[in-house]
Amino acid sequence: MFDVNLIIKSLPMLLQASVWTVIYSLSSVAIGFCIGTLVCAAGLSSSRLGRGFSAFYVSFFRGVPLLVQLLISYYCLPLIGVNVPSSVAAVGTLALCTGAYLAEILRGGFLGIPPGLIEAARMVGLGRARILTRIEVPLAVRLTLPSLVNETTMMVKASSLISVVGVLELTRLAQNIATSTFQPLEIYLTAGAIYFVINGAISLIGRFAESRFRLETAR
Amino acid sequence: MSFNPAILTDNWREILDGMALTILIWVAGTAIGLVIGLAVAVLQLFTNRWLAAPLTLYVAVMRGTPFLIQLFVIYYGGPFFGLDLTPLTAGIAGLALYGGAYFSEIFRAGFLSVPPGQIEAARMMGIGRLDIVRHVQLPQMLVIILPALANMTVLLSKETAVLSVITVNELTSVVQSIGSTTFAFAETLLFLALVYWAFLEIVTAAARRLEKRVGRFMLRTPS
Repeated sequence: MFDVNLIIKSLPMLLQASVWTVIYSLSSVAIGFCIGTLVCAAGLSSSRLGRGFSAFYVSFFRGVPLLVQLLISYYCLPLIGVNVPSSVAAVGTLALCTGAYLAEILRGGFLGIPPGLIEAARMVGLGRARILTRIEVPLAVRLTLPSLVNETTMMVKASSLISVVGVLELTRLAQNIATSTFQPLEIYLTAGAIYFVINGAISLIGRFAESRFRLETAR
Repeated sequence: MSFNPAILTDNWREILDGMALTILIWVAGTAIGLVIGLAVAVLQLFTNRWLAAPLTLYVAVMRGTPFLIQLFVIYYGGPFFGLDLTPLTAGIAGLALYGGAYFSEIFRAGFLSVPPGQIEAARMMGIGRLDIVRHVQLPQMLVIILPALANMTVLLSKETAVLSVITVNELTSVVQSIGSTTFAFAETLLFLALVYWAFLEIVTAAARRLEKRVGRFMLRTPS
């Protein structure tokens, strides 16, 4: 029988764990954004080494399943003497992975910036780094906002995989409750619903941000 | 840290079995997913609201929740509905349902990309609704949506790794268990990454070629 009481009883715990899901996924997107910007800048640079590295990076992190990446960081980092908590390793891996996707997204944004704008900035005497952080990145973000929001929701979903390497978040907690109560259906459906709500909220915020930014460009 | 590749060659038979199963899951999941996607798109676009609404919900749910949770619901929650699936069938069903939601969105965009004038013209000539889909819309839209379909198909091949969590003996699961029995994590997991990477590169390159071929065909026939 479908046990609604179990859902009500475990909902507070699941919601608490979902806070970790949000923290892990948002921080990995934030770190990944910095990685993605650098990888993308390297890919668009005139240096052949930079372009080669960027292509290699994007191809590797998009070509290997995230689960395998997580397993590598979990089992292999200690082998080379890196002993960090599994949550740190997991967030780092998520960030590296989403960095590759974000680099691809941002590339479209960077290419969409009118070159005259950057020339003008250079004429005004802005340095390379400042042009990147003050002009290129804000414009690229605005141009690619829908894709960036989409990638964020993808990361919320992907963060469920870090349960496999023993990090406590929504999926892991749901697993723990499901195995101790023997009522997996109720618990996993609840967990799924929480993920659905989180992603719905992110999409909503994204759409709000889009409309805000569009007003600004129209002016 | 020692590096001993012999661990892989010693277990080559199991590894090959794992690869074969991964490919089987991928092909079966994608094929069923394509059928689901097309059916959902057609039903959403060409039937009434009451049939379209639950399908829209299905697509939103599959796209808004983690694949891992979906697998858990199907595999561990299935018995609740009397669906006692083996890990493999649950995995393939999960992959198909997950892929189907994404495929349906692609098909939907494809259907909408065919100019409505053509459909009106076909209807004027007395061609039935399904025949319009088959002979007017599908041939034209498939060329347009091929890159998106190929992209999603490639993505699904990576998702097959998640099936290892519900104990399907595919590549990730096989190599991981070799790793944990021999403690040769570096060899096994790096090998695993390389295999997926090579596979993805090959499949992506094949998809590019296919797109080019189909694109060439499009250039030949005036639209």
